[in-house]
Amino acid sequence: MTALLRFQGVALTRGGRMLFEGLDLSLEAGSALMISGPNGSGKSSLLRLAAGLLHARRGAVAAQRAALADDNHALDRELPLARALGFWTGLAGRGQSLDAAMTAMGLTALARVPVRLLSSGQAKRATIARVITSGAPLWLLDEPLNALDRDGADRLAGAIAAHRAGGGAVLAASHVPLPGEWRQLELGR
Amino acid sequence: MIGNLIARDLRRGFAGAAWLPVAFFLLVAALFPFAVGPDAQLLARVGPGALWIAALTAALMPIERLIEPDRADGVLDQLALHGLADEAVAAAKIVAHWLSFGPLLIAATLPAAVLLGLDQAALGRVLVSLAVGTPGLAALAVMIAAVTAGLPRAGSLAGLLLFPLAVPLLIFGSAYASAGGNGALLLEAAIALGLSAIAPFAAGAAIRAGRT
Repeated sequence: MTALLRFQGVALTRGGRMLFEGLDLSLEAGSALMISGPNGSGKSSLLRLAAGLLHARRGAVAAQRAALADDNHALDRELPLARALGFWTGLAGRGQSLDAAMTAMGLTALARVPVRLLSSGQAKRATIARVITSGAPLWLLDEPLNALDRDGADRLAGAIAAHRAGGGAVLAASHVPLPGEWRQLELGR
Repeated sequence: MIGNLIARDLRRGFAGAAWLPVAFFLLVAALFPFAVGPDAQLLARVGPGALWIAALTAALMPIERLIEPDRADGVLDQLALHGLADEAVAAAKIVAHWLSFGPLLIAATLPAAVLLGLDQAALGRVLVSLAVGTPGLAALAVMIAAVTAGLPRAGSLAGLLLFPLAVPLLIFGSAYASAGGNGALLLEAAIALGLSAIAPFAAGAAIRAGRT
């Protein structure tokens, strides 16, 4: 089976400091890997490496098309939520429909609310909805439970399960346990 | 995809403060008669150059909102994840910025020319020189916005970077506007084209280098 994401001997430096080196990992279809570790151990940077936004100091990173949900919601604040998300689904042009993703994350009632009025938990749900609509085989989730309530966490778990069942893979960075079954990788040890 | 991005940036430009550089341009043009005095001949002689100075300072105004908000909100990251090259993003931003800046500025030249008492021939030359030069100014503005994005006091730094780089445009643009001559216009066009060609790559590289 081909891996959706493969790190081979990857080393990453940030600001002259080595965050990790000699890191090997691979994610196959249907698998989920959770990265944990103390603050500053490079969890988010590892996700950004996998997304192709950063480049490894050494080693090789090979990744399929990825979707990233992090703390930056990247939605136009003045627009209603449905239109702000619609810009991104217009760019992606494939994957699940926006309506289905908004329903899955419980955002239907907020479709006409301007993004600037959303709470941080609602904005987090919106970033996850964007990941769902992306149609990307590889999901990268940075602290996905941050600001999510119980209902949001359940919906996220459901979305992840559906994505894995459909042959996708998930790489998540979190300092709290995530719902569902995850392989674990601890950084900074 | 590029079309979507241009449309979004245009919408944001006009919803935001597209009129601000134009108001600034008119204000600077209105200040010149106060500074130089009411001598109509003198005003008509320095007028075209004054309008170019006003255009240059107006080009500085929007720089801080061209790249930085999208960098801070993660929009640039998401665009990269959606498969757009940083250079393509920069090119789209240049097009959108010119569309929300150039035509309005050129239209504002009409009242500004009245303020400075320019005759019809001089007004025509100013309009042509601005039409040729503003794409270069827009490209320069996006390039500098990308270089300074995320830096403290980016606004002042942008001014220090923009004005020296805009000097060639200013020289040939205002030379044609004041005295005419195809040579000056061709040189201005060459500089504007050169800036427009370089800027997407320079801005794209700056966006990439600015990722943390």
